[in-house]
Amino acid sequence: MSWLLLIVVVVLVFWLIGAYNGLIALKNQTINAWKQIDVQLKRRHDLIPNLVNTVKGSMEFEKETLQAVVDARSKAMAGGGGVKETAAAEGALSGALGKLFVVMEQYPDLKSSQNVRDLQEELATTENRIAFARQLYNDVATKYNTKQQQFPTNLVAGMAKAQVAELWEIEDQAERAVPQVDLSLKPKPQA
Amino acid sequence: MSETLNLFEQQARNRRQTAILMVVFVLFFAWLGFGGDLVLYLQSRDYYGQAHYTVPWLGIVVTAIGALVAWNSWVRGPKRVLWSVVGHEIVTPETHEERQFVNVVEEMAVAAGLPRPKTYVVDDPDPNAFATGHGPHDASIAVTSGLLTSLNREELQGVVGHEMAHVRNLDVRLMTMVAAMVGVIVILSDVMGRFFGRGGGRMIAGGGGGGSRMFSGGGRGGGRRGGGGGALVLVILVLWLISLILAPLVARLMAMAISRNREYLADASAAELTRNPGALASALEKIESSAGPTKAMKRGTAHLCIADPLGRKVNAKEGRMADLFGTHPPMTKRLTILKGMAFQQAKSAAAQA
Repeated sequence: MSWLLLIVVVVLVFWLIGAYNGLIALKNQTINAWKQIDVQLKRRHDLIPNLVNTVKGSMEFEKETLQAVVDARSKAMAGGGGVKETAAAEGALSGALGKLFVVMEQYPDLKSSQNVRDLQEELATTENRIAFARQLYNDVATKYNTKQQQFPTNLVAGMAKAQVAELWEIEDQAERAVPQVDLSLKPKPQA
Repeated sequence: MSETLNLFEQQARNRRQTAILMVVFVLFFAWLGFGGDLVLYLQSRDYYGQAHYTVPWLGIVVTAIGALVAWNSWVRGPKRVLWSVVGHEIVTPETHEERQFVNVVEEMAVAAGLPRPKTYVVDDPDPNAFATGHGPHDASIAVTSGLLTSLNREELQGVVGHEMAHVRNLDVRLMTMVAAMVGVIVILSDVMGRFFGRGGGRMIAGGGGGGSRMFSGGGRGGGRRGGGGGALVLVILVLWLISLILAPLVARLMAMAISRNREYLADASAAELTRNPGALASALEKIESSAGPTKAMKRGTAHLCIADPLGRKVNAKEGRMADLFGTHPPMTKRLTILKGMAFQQAKSAAAQA
């Protein structure tokens, strides 16, 4: 009878180790995914002064649009705080950038400049990288949250100090719609 | 399609199948070598049945060569694949297209949470793409110059996402090993064919040419002695010969057997990474509709590509035979699945708004 008990205990211990380590792994993945977002956000913050300087001369009449981008950038950089604050500040920056892109469309000489073309490609890829980093973070965080709430892993959640990770949600309806920046400078393939 | 594997299962399967492939490869060499030894042993028996050939040197040497080739394929396989299609690495992008390509690869690496693969361009006007490497840590993604000029940014993203999926689930490991080893077997039988002065460059004729010389030698030996020993020699020889002839075919079959489901899975993973199945569908349509075959991709590397570079008819068909012999699933079916995903996506987006 005692050996049966021993087997049960051994199985339980192994399950415990597995569940605990699984949770820790997911937790670290979540943290890492968040850091990847940070890397991409930093990239965006670094690119903006460059963009503003390049288009400033040709866009005399769009002072407010440019100023909005600059303001949103400094607000986003000052940020700190949790997921929600960062998401809000970066969302505002995305919105301001989106508006700038729309306005830039009206300046053909801007669009034809090689410098601006390269810069636009850089911005397009940065926007995409932020979006994809966010997507990865949300996926991993959701997995982490589900795991720590599901039975029986939830029994170990306290031991692993697991806390529900906040998702980066897009709250601003305008932001949802705007960053449709089609900067593909390829001729549209209409036969 | 019916099998829904998660990422870890896909990775485990690819690790396992790569190991099996390598073991079978070495065993095949051992079979050739020790088979030859057996023939030599049986032939070397004198009138009293005393054999003079006792140490299986041929088997030892050939098996060692096989192991060496397998090891070399493992180490240098990805390099060899890139070399065989004449790809050049894009380190610092110079044109707008190249910059966009490098950026899109970086984006997909971010989406997959993996290090950025190296980027290669193959000068070929026909659009196609493939990935190679052992796994995420040393992967390379190669596209043809034709792909870069004919696709827009989103479509390119879909294609790169597809290749990134092959990298992530370790398909690249198995597919690269098949390419490296299939190439060796085909070259080997080519060389043998030329060496024995028969059949020219064709691989089957080459294998047959090499084998038939051995066959005539064995036949003479068997005829001289007659009886049971001779028959045994003959049987072994025939088996050996058959496997020699079948070698390229078996290798080709392996290449075919591994690829079909993987393409569906990689398409689905690409949609998961980009959240844009429609763009991949339209990229595949463009790749499919471009007329010429991709000349840079040889038979040995065809199974690596996103779309069959040789445009073989079998890859357009469905059914069990096509599943067996095709390296790629029918394009119409891939498009149907991707467009279905795009439709679902649009529907749920509309429901939310």
